[in-house]
Amino acid sequence: MQSLAGACLAGLARAITGVIPIWLGTKPSQNQRIYFANHASHGDFILLASCLEPEERARTRAVAGADYWRSNRIRRVMAEDLLRTVLVERNWVERAQDPLEIMLKALDDGQSLIFFPEGTRNMGDEPLLRFRSGLYNLAVARPDVELVPCWIENMSRVLPKGTFLPVPLLCRVIFGAPIAVELDEDRKVFLHRAQQALLKLKPATDGGPR
Amino acid sequence: MADIYKLFFGLIAVLGAASLIAGILTWRSSKPISSTLVNLNARIRAWWIMVAVIALAFVFGKSGVIILFALISFAALREYVTLTHTRRSDHWVLIGMFLVVIPLQYYLVWIDWYGLYSIFIPVYCFLAMPALASLWGDTSRFLERISEQQWGLMLSVYCVSHVPALVTLEIPGNNGRGLLLIAFLIATVQGSDVLQYIFGKLFGKHRISPNVSPSKTWEGLIGGIGSASLLGASLFWLTPFSPLEAGVLACIACIMGFLGGLVASAIKRDRGVKDWGHMIEGHGGMLDRTDSLVFAAPIFFHIVRYAWT
Repeated sequence: MQSLAGACLAGLARAITGVIPIWLGTKPSQNQRIYFANHASHGDFILLASCLEPEERARTRAVAGADYWRSNRIRRVMAEDLLRTVLVERNWVERAQDPLEIMLKALDDGQSLIFFPEGTRNMGDEPLLRFRSGLYNLAVARPDVELVPCWIENMSRVLPKGTFLPVPLLCRVIFGAPIAVELDEDRKVFLHRAQQALLKLKPATDGGPR
Repeated sequence: MADIYKLFFGLIAVLGAASLIAGILTWRSSKPISSTLVNLNARIRAWWIMVAVIALAFVFGKSGVIILFALISFAALREYVTLTHTRRSDHWVLIGMFLVVIPLQYYLVWIDWYGLYSIFIPVYCFLAMPALASLWGDTSRFLERISEQQWGLMLSVYCVSHVPALVTLEIPGNNGRGLLLIAFLIATVQGSDVLQYIFGKLFGKHRISPNVSPSKTWEGLIGGIGSASLLGASLFWLTPFSPLEAGVLACIACIMGFLGGLVASAIKRDRGVKDWGHMIEGHGGMLDRTDSLVFAAPIFFHIVRYAWT
């Protein structure tokens, strides 16, 4: 059921966006990975997942905000049963479970993750928001997992926030070279480096706002 | 319908010869083979697929051709809009272009309502699009946004829809042979593209417009259009035209096709891309293959409609 839903969504994403993966700094591999990407649309993780090989897609789950996806029944069924997302609570004050624990559990189950280090969808004109510490905490806790930067192009124009019908536009996902935390590297330094690694993949002309 | 078989057998023979020659060239060339040759092989492979798809559409007759060109419009418009400046407030205009305008335009062609399909986009959509956009209230780069999308509809939907519209023309003595007219137009215009490419590669020296397209030369243009006009004249048996008329119409269509390619190159150059997309291996995107047809189809349609119906 879930793999069927995944295959259908990947097929749909390909039909609408004609998406092709560009493996710039790395190749598809069996290694466990955290794909970290820019985030501006609900379609982002479906598009990214559709670029992965079927076996890798089957074991890859996206990390999403529980406050949004548990807010009503339809979203809950979609996120938990159909899309198998790893739901984490973003609210620091009222949260019942530590997000890091939930994500580490998924990693320890052998799964790869799709992770949006900005923590929310970017609605501004800046290409990337400030990275939250989640990516650093994951990288320090599980240093063996590869951190692959993935630039998602155009998806924010296909399915902008607050819309449910996608505009068919060509999309690409550009996979960069994996990065890792260096010995004793400061949190801020690492997050800045990760952000730059992702920004570097952004094409000079992508048809978006110039 | 025996004529259509003759045409397709002819095409298969030409493609077969092309594959054979490219195969020999690849076999004899030093390894690793040059990028030109890799591209040539990819182009020929793609041509086999394109001919197969067109043949399949022809099997289903008028509806098959209309559906095929509606899908071509979809792919072409998608490539075009990807390169334009759009804002979040354009979302519903863009959705309408894909989900309303394309199906409606081709439905109007299908029911042969010439009076509406010939003005639906240039009049109704022309006025409706800025109206819708201004209702949304986003005035940022308004003129640029609206005109870019209007261009997209005109090129990718309106002009392209004149190819299947040829099947609806009622030419005396040509009943039931409308599909052959489409085959004639596609064969000459696409043939001209290929011949311009070949003549350009073999003899090309003097560039026509180096700023726009480095690969278009006077030698390629004259050799390609001249030989494509002869090709058109020799295909007169597909059409209600005499050999001379067929040659002249083919020549006009090929000149329009050349201008279409030039305009498409200018747009691509402005946007800093080499190809419109990556849909057709070796050729680029759908618009890279259909840019010549976009300019040729409406002119060919209207000349035939004016002079033969």
